[in-house]
Amino acid sequence: MDRRIRVLVGKPGLDGHDRGAKVVAAALRDAGMEVIYTGLHQTPEMIVEAAVQEDVDVVALSVLSGAHLTVFPRVRALLEERGAGHKLLTGGGIIPDEDIEMLKQKGVGRLFGPGTNTSDIVEYIREWARTHAHSEG
Amino acid sequence: MATPRKTMELPESSPSGAELDEKLQALKKALEAYDQAVARNAGTHRHVSYDTISGAPNKLLYTPLDTAGMDYARDLGMPGEYPFTRGIHPSLYRHKLWTMRQFSGFGSARDTNQRFKFLLGRGQTGLSVAFDNPTIMGYDSDDPKCIGEVGVTGVAIDSLADMETLFDGIAQDQVSTSMTINGPAAIIFAFYLACAEKRGIHFDKLRGTLQNDILKEYIAQKTWCFPPHPSMRIIADVMTFATRSVPKWNTISISGYHIREAGATAAQELAFTLADGFAYVDAGIQAGLSVDDFAPRLSFFWNSHLDFFEEIGKFRAARRIWARVLRDKYGAKKRESLLMRFHTQTAGVSLMAQEPENNIVRTAFEAMAAVLGGTQSLHTNSMDETLALPSEKAVQIALRTQQVLAYETGVANTIDPLAGSYYVEATTNRLEREAEEYFREIERRGGVIKAIEEGFFQREIARSAWQYQQEVERKERIIVGVNEFVTESKIDIPLLKIDPSVEPEQLASLKKLRETRDNGAVKQSLARLTEAARGTDNVMEKILDCARVYATEGEIRGAMREVYGDYRETAEF
Repeated sequence: MDRRIRVLVGKPGLDGHDRGAKVVAAALRDAGMEVIYTGLHQTPEMIVEAAVQEDVDVVALSVLSGAHLTVFPRVRALLEERGAGHKLLTGGGIIPDEDIEMLKQKGVGRLFGPGTNTSDIVEYIREWARTHAHSEG
Repeated sequence: MATPRKTMELPESSPSGAELDEKLQALKKALEAYDQAVARNAGTHRHVSYDTISGAPNKLLYTPLDTAGMDYARDLGMPGEYPFTRGIHPSLYRHKLWTMRQFSGFGSARDTNQRFKFLLGRGQTGLSVAFDNPTIMGYDSDDPKCIGEVGVTGVAIDSLADMETLFDGIAQDQVSTSMTINGPAAIIFAFYLACAEKRGIHFDKLRGTLQNDILKEYIAQKTWCFPPHPSMRIIADVMTFATRSVPKWNTISISGYHIREAGATAAQELAFTLADGFAYVDAGIQAGLSVDDFAPRLSFFWNSHLDFFEEIGKFRAARRIWARVLRDKYGAKKRESLLMRFHTQTAGVSLMAQEPENNIVRTAFEAMAAVLGGTQSLHTNSMDETLALPSEKAVQIALRTQQVLAYETGVANTIDPLAGSYYVEATTNRLEREAEEYFREIERRGGVIKAIEEGFFQREIARSAWQYQQEVERKERIIVGVNEFVTESKIDIPLLKIDPSVEPEQLASLKKLRETRDNGAVKQSLARLTEAARGTDNVMEKILDCARVYATEGEIRGAMREVYGDYRETAEF
């Protein structure tokens, strides 16, 4: 019951822009969550494997490569396949509004754009955990 | 955060109190009285940070006391003369304006070829190629790792065939071309050279720049092919080859840009980049070249961020440090070896997704700092780049920003116009001191590659980024339209969309290439490359042979990977 929220921060694809992923990882850690950062150049398969192995509650992906329409649905599908469809899939990056809407319909959680306050991300994940999971961060 | 103003301290290099002449003594007294008066009113000061964007404290007032230890001839000199603080050319922009060079590339080689022609048609004076992520990482478009990324953030180039399309109708001997490519820089350079060769253009007519700065990849941009040591060997081979055969080519553009974008402060950008530069000089010397043979072809690439005066100080300090170290430590004799020539790009991280039109203004200020800092070429970001690759309209405004700066504002009329400003000189000196502290720290850690391997730079940068983010979130730093003056407006500028047919079409043409080329010749040239990688022959020559017979980027990388292996960094945050 009092387990801390566990978050996997993932950086899929070939893109190396990891400033955002690291800043968010630090913010979640400072907010009391357990954060695992995958590092760069991860395939969707590697990310889902890590999410299952580490038994995280939340998978948060940073995508600045324009590949978000490929990456998020693929990770979502792989999570379902592994019986981990209950995990929150969220993230952020350079993602146009209309694409965010499209991804939402495919079961992806909130996606945060440039200029986001990290406390909004913390709050969103805590709120999700309160309503969906058994843990408290 | 509205910290109480510190009492004025004399710069380290200034003479002791007893030696100060009468006038300075009088000034010191006046300043003490001024400080006390200001301190009494400190309670009325606005509650924001007065530090630079890098977190360096700013005084309210700078006076001759801040530059008291300076010597004009020693520390500044004339433009075009050692130590080149005031600029590398005696007449700078009167001789030639900076090159207006917009970085561009998206979709297929054909799409980007059209954008190049559009930019050249509107008065752009140099080309700068943005490659997509698969190309930047050295993969072919049909590699499974590349799904969804082909042609998305730059142009997809797989072989000489794509390079031929990219430069179709553009005279390679008439235009200078900059290529932002690092891990596989030697491969893409080979495609460019082979393309020119097929058109009967001699290599000595080619002008341009290869970014080819692998050290900052490990530090900040994180696109690499091989581990640091073999990468440095390839770079030394490229330098050796180009020194001999492509003499007007800048073989490395030592880049602070990405280091800054990743979160570094101005001082970190300055220090880490110069340290990388010195590491390349060491590599060239170790490869048996004389410093004066290759140092003139090393150029730099800086970020121009929003903190106007700090940036100008950074450019000035950079020139001075480079000249001094090249002369005094490396014994360079040629004047050209001491000159820091540089390209500048305005800060991508300073662009905001909220009210993107405001980015035009941010970019204009940053561009002006670069020009006042004496840049040789400039890229101004487009307002929509936090949202997508720039639209034609947005990129035209960005180019027009440079043209207004060059032709309407008058800032290009006088060289280094801020020299002698107590504040700018003190800032220049401060950044130089901070850089030198970092040089000592890097030395203490065993040099740049050791420091990379232990994650030193990466940690320093991540820490700076996190500190900055917290300052923004505490509203010690105001970002207009983001954490203050916020409106709930929808973004209503048209964005560039990448045609989803780019990826399948690129895969189809790659398939066709593999079927129609002389595969026996490809196999042979690749085997010779692997052999060279294993031994000591120059790999650049062998890579060029592979390019000539239409071996693909991924195949050429693969031929070296057999020997060099892969690189993985330890992820820390």
